[in-house]
Amino acid sequence: MQTSIIISGFGGQGVLFAGQLLAYTALDNDLHVTWFPSYGPEMRGGTAHCTVIISDDEIGSPVIRNPDAAIVMNLPSLDKYEPLMLPKGVLVINTSLVDRSVARQDIDSVMVPASEIADELGNRRLANIIMLGALLQRLPFLSIEMLEKGIDAHIPERHRDMLDANLKALHRGFSEAS
Amino acid sequence: MEKTEMIESLIYTKPRSLQPIGTHYCPGCTHGIAHRLVAEVIDEMGIREQTIGVAPVGCAVFIYNYFDVDFAEASHGRAPAMATGIKRANPDKFVFTYQGDGDLASIGAAEILHAANRGEKISVIFINNGIYGMTGGQMAPTTIEGWKTTSSPMGRNVELHGYPIRMSEILAQIEGSAYIVRRSLHNVANIRRAKKAIRTAFEVQRMGLGLAMVELLSSCPTNWKISPDEALKVIEEKMLPVYPLGDFKVDPAIQKHGKGW
Amino acid sequence: MKKELLKGNVAFAEAAIRAGCEAYFGYPITPQTEALEHMSKRMPELGRTFIQAESEVAAINMVYGAACAGIQTMTSSSSPGVSLMMEGLSYIAGSEVPVVIVDIMRGGPGLGNIAPAQGDYNQMVKGGGHGDYRIIVLAPATIQELIDLTYEAFGLADKYRTIVAVLADGSLGQMMEPAVLPEMRPVRPVDKRPAWALTGAKGRDSHFITSIYLEPLDEEKFNQKLLETEAKIEANEVRYKELLLDDAEIAIVAFGTAGRVAQTAVKIARENGIKVGLLRPISLYPFPTDRIRRLADQVDGMLVTEMNSGQMVEDVRLAVEGRLPVSFYGRMGGVIPMPEEILDEVRKLKASITEKV
Repeated sequence: MQTSIIISGFGGQGVLFAGQLLAYTALDNDLHVTWFPSYGPEMRGGTAHCTVIISDDEIGSPVIRNPDAAIVMNLPSLDKYEPLMLPKGVLVINTSLVDRSVARQDIDSVMVPASEIADELGNRRLANIIMLGALLQRLPFLSIEMLEKGIDAHIPERHRDMLDANLKALHRGFSEAS
Repeated sequence: MEKTEMIESLIYTKPRSLQPIGTHYCPGCTHGIAHRLVAEVIDEMGIREQTIGVAPVGCAVFIYNYFDVDFAEASHGRAPAMATGIKRANPDKFVFTYQGDGDLASIGAAEILHAANRGEKISVIFINNGIYGMTGGQMAPTTIEGWKTTSSPMGRNVELHGYPIRMSEILAQIEGSAYIVRRSLHNVANIRRAKKAIRTAFEVQRMGLGLAMVELLSSCPTNWKISPDEALKVIEEKMLPVYPLGDFKVDPAIQKHGKGW
Repeated sequence: MKKELLKGNVAFAEAAIRAGCEAYFGYPITPQTEALEHMSKRMPELGRTFIQAESEVAAINMVYGAACAGIQTMTSSSSPGVSLMMEGLSYIAGSEVPVVIVDIMRGGPGLGNIAPAQGDYNQMVKGGGHGDYRIIVLAPATIQELIDLTYEAFGLADKYRTIVAVLADGSLGQMMEPAVLPEMRPVRPVDKRPAWALTGAKGRDSHFITSIYLEPLDEEKFNQKLLETEAKIEANEVRYKELLLDDAEIAIVAFGTAGRVAQTAVKIARENGIKVGLLRPISLYPFPTDRIRRLADQVDGMLVTEMNSGQMVEDVRLAVEGRLPVSFYGRMGGVIPMPEEILDEVRKLKASITEKV
């Protein structure tokens, strides 16, 4: 069983960290995982994306053309990944920054106003975690409890004071997709 | 008979740090003098067994055949970088480079500049004779304006080829350098001053003050196409005005120490 | 030891430290800079040497100097930086001092880009620098292999007094994967440095390290010596990994990241009933020539896939010696092929074989 996830958005929206969180959590649960980032100048304000592959078996290619799931944090990301989704794939869309609906009917689209919810929770930077929560509700390749532990174990020390806010964001995203 | 032998051995012996063999240098070339001065300093300091030299590409490429100390052969211009690696691996040893003007001032300009800037604790012997000797007399970065070489047959035109570069003056500006001086090998008095400077350059290394360089104005009778004694006159009359002798950087700790090594 | 999620660049730098690397000299270049950054923090912490050199040219010559002094030393860079190091590598090869270099390749030629590529196979495997020499080139496909091969590289470099290059692409430098770091080995004590090292001629004759042999016959003798070393390397150090080759009718040959992608293609092809297997060379020099030749006698078709315009494929064809045609599929410029693309090539090859039969 192998699940491939692409997380994409503007640099600064925490897409690389969200992917790392999945990767750390997978590792902590003895799964195989690869985290493959976009890198270079685009880290500074352009688009950033990463591919996470989680598997119970050895992983070959760390890149994939058609993901099982995608989190798109902005419109360019939606435009890029909507056509690439596998049929029945889960596409989580940050509707706060996307002003169009999804055309494809053969995928599971999850609309989450993540940036607005994050504002409501007091920190816009929580949007990535809200999106992760929503994804896991629809595609439970990792359980919400696993990710809770993952956040607790791998949140950077300097953001430790944000732990509760992150856990709250995770659950809020989860219930938003229910 | 016995007396004569004693006098001979007192006046002139080969320094222990040199191999008991002849060199390949052309008649009248000052490399031999420079080698001897370095070897005498190593002997006098008693550091032959703790010294590692780095050879250049240029006429002195075979210097390691003439010295009886450990030696490495660098690629063209990279001696200060190689010496950096050797010194960092052997911080308690004495490491020196011996480089010509093409090696140090042209292709290796970046390496010497940055070794100085890091304050590498190495001694640099810089032979400036204003020409590429080994390849047969081409223009060097230090070639004096108007000098004819095989690659500046009409004479060095500074509009076309740039100006003779004064490395000592440049390196003296670098904060990591500790001792930067220019000496000449054109007569006995100057040779004696050159030796003192070389001694100081090695003492600077012992004191761990930073990079030390002694620039030695030298002759190349073969490629200058004049006789050895005329060549020495050329140093005095043509080179000294462009490359004034002097101390361009002397770390205060050296000044404090005075002249008696 | 516990598995950690490690970024490739950090992983190989730490592996080198744990192998006993005593001095690192480098220059920033994407996509390998995290290695330099890791070294800048860890080496001084451990009382070892780190220098950010003024250029790759200087960096490799510092490595050269440190290696002459008999310590374990390395540098790392990416394609354009490695080009600048080629002069130094030739001198190092000509001096027989052990050096480790990691090349995290990017798209080219020229400034190219910073995306993952394998365009420097020829440069690294076929010499790159001037003159007659070969160096051990190891190509990892996972972060664990990147760690293990870097760790092992120091011992191999010492054993054969040669350069060992770890040749990976930008994706291995940048991606994260769980891996286990090896145990920390102490640095070599000063009194255990090799006899040929430059440490000052105390209690022994002075010696020198050089790459110059002015007499052609002397140079040829030295070349002969290198050949003898290479013969030993070829006899002992061939490494590759096989996947489902036993009953394969089609064999894919691919190294590094391309090999990983091919692995996925093989899996999908097998699910679709195509008998395809994978040979992934790990040592690019010495090249697994014999294994490929035997494979050529077994399979009906062979496909080489690389992230370049076709470089290793020449060595595969030399190994095959015309036993069968070798197809090639390459992506260039920093593009990683997708498993589906390789699968399409396998299907095409399968169809052409069936047609012939």
